[in-house]
Amino acid sequence: MQTILDVKQLTMDFGGLRAIDHVDLDIKQGEIVALIGPNGAGKTTFFNCITGIYKPTGGDVFIAPPDEKPKRINGKKPNQITVAGLARTFQNIRLFANMTVLENVMIGQHCRTHTGILGSIFKGKGVRAEERRVIDYSHMLLKKVGLDQYAHYLAKNLPYANQRRLEIARALATDPFLLLLDEPAAGMNPQETLELDQFITQIREEENVSILLIEHDMRLVMSISDRIFVVDYGKKIAQGTPAEIQNNENVIKAYLGEDIDDA
Amino acid sequence: MVLTFPFVAMKVDSFENIVTWRWDNVLYMGVGCFFISWLWRYLLQRKEFSKSDTTGKKNLIQQTWKDRLFSDPKVFCPVLIAAFCIASVFPFIFSPYQTTIMTTALIYVVLGLGLNIVVGLAGLLDLGYVAFYAVGAYSYALFNYYYGFGFWAILPVGAVLAGLCGVILGVPVLRLRGDYLAIVTLGFGEIIRLVLENWDDVTFGPQGIPNIPKPNFFGLEMDFQTVTLYMYFVVFAMTIFTIVVVRRLNNSRIGRAWIALREDEIACQAMGIDTTKTKLTAFGLGACWAGMMGVFFAAKNSFVNPHSFTFIQSAMILCIVVLGGMGSIIGAILAALILILLPEYLRAFSEYRMLIFGGIMIIMMVFRPEGLISNVRRKYELHEGEKH
Repeated sequence: MQTILDVKQLTMDFGGLRAIDHVDLDIKQGEIVALIGPNGAGKTTFFNCITGIYKPTGGDVFIAPPDEKPKRINGKKPNQITVAGLARTFQNIRLFANMTVLENVMIGQHCRTHTGILGSIFKGKGVRAEERRVIDYSHMLLKKVGLDQYAHYLAKNLPYANQRRLEIARALATDPFLLLLDEPAAGMNPQETLELDQFITQIREEENVSILLIEHDMRLVMSISDRIFVVDYGKKIAQGTPAEIQNNENVIKAYLGEDIDDA
Repeated sequence: MVLTFPFVAMKVDSFENIVTWRWDNVLYMGVGCFFISWLWRYLLQRKEFSKSDTTGKKNLIQQTWKDRLFSDPKVFCPVLIAAFCIASVFPFIFSPYQTTIMTTALIYVVLGLGLNIVVGLAGLLDLGYVAFYAVGAYSYALFNYYYGFGFWAILPVGAVLAGLCGVILGVPVLRLRGDYLAIVTLGFGEIIRLVLENWDDVTFGPQGIPNIPKPNFFGLEMDFQTVTLYMYFVVFAMTIFTIVVVRRLNNSRIGRAWIALREDEIACQAMGIDTTKTKLTAFGLGACWAGMMGVFFAAKNSFVNPHSFTFIQSAMILCIVVLGGMGSIIGAILAALILILLPEYLRAFSEYRMLIFGGIMIIMMVFRPEGLISNVRRKYELHEGEKH
């Protein structure tokens, strides 16, 4: 199986603080990979480095979209990285609150369409067709995530769990090959988390994307991920299948602490 | 009451050393205060009530008469046609004086719509908008003075020049947001004004440039009344042009990108939108309208000087956008008409007119902080039965 994301020795310093310390990570085509670790371990920083919000101080990030050659993407702007095929959601929901649900998804299609200023003003045949295509595609995505009956609601009026779904739909609209989900289950009740579990597996099948997720809900992580990476204090402390991780001493230490006698 | 007592109730006559007591004034004050505060509280309560009412059923899309007015074509079209008819026969019914006032109001409608792109849609607070207006006005005045170009030739040139200035201003402020951006744009507005004021050799400084010709109509000579009429229709046509263009931009791919930028810049970028390009187009396109209106303004007044382009003007245009409702086209039009026409028609109360004007502004902001008409997002029609 082809490796689609290859992170090598990624390092991020904030002044004297090393938030990420030589972390390696790789994702293969069609995998669901989870990134876990205690609070403040550097998971979100890792995401921000990959998606271009931060510029990593060291290391390399390579992506290889299916059927394309690997590219180095560190230092590129977030929008260029999205165009290259990495889409993300945010830990604290960042929807466009005062736009409708449908428009939120339509924004995702922005980088796959080309209408310019003059095109918007004159509204020629091609522009109208493109607009129609975007609307239909977005509507189809909304149906898939089960939000189509809310299409004309303002995004801020959606219930919390549906806002999370909408964020995923919006990310999918950018036509990615890798989806990065930052704590998709945060703030959800057990029932909603269960639905999310099925939902994520479903998008992997239907949209043909690979998924990298940060999550604290261990039941969710253990049930859906193919492989898990564990970070603590910016360092990678373990990697492997869910079963391996559950029995890994380092991981248990990081999460539960260790006996003083052993130390 | 107690504090104002000496002013209200006593009248000291220093020549005859007597004090006249005016108890009836105290009574009026008391009753007046009582009623005003009662009305104030009643209105506030009503506002609170309606707010809690909407949060209760916020998931339902509300169909108020206003939504229907703007979304239902059956209601909207006749209103639009009526407005168009009234506007087109306006100068034939009313005096040239009224027509001139209306022309000024329409200039501000276009300015408001232009600034609406920058502030209302893209969310970039611009306090120096009048600078672009000045660029337009002076480009006509100077090109005409030195090279003898006519109005129609300079109209697009002025718009493009102002648009370029918008982009030039946009480049250094790309990283700024909110208050910081406002300060830089404020500075930019002042720079343009000071340049115009002090570059005596070219712009004639504070004296300004007189004798700017009015636009001609295929070389016809026109008397004063026809010119007024003609100017009105020129600006009326421009207004319609602006409304059509801004409306189309608003509902296009570009417009959506602007709104996304306003809502959340980081998410906007993460969704693959080039924020640099989006900001610059917003600045440039917004400035274009100001430049165009500047050219028109110079022609209308046949005189420009830097004092027409002070910060107060920028503030006024910003008021139009805020009062009308951020991003709302109809709101901006209404607000421009109210803000420009109200002081004119309140001349009857001469001394009190600014007082009334200020009072209305405060009351507006207390009771409708989202503006006269909040921007209603367009509902795209969906093809239900389609298979993908």
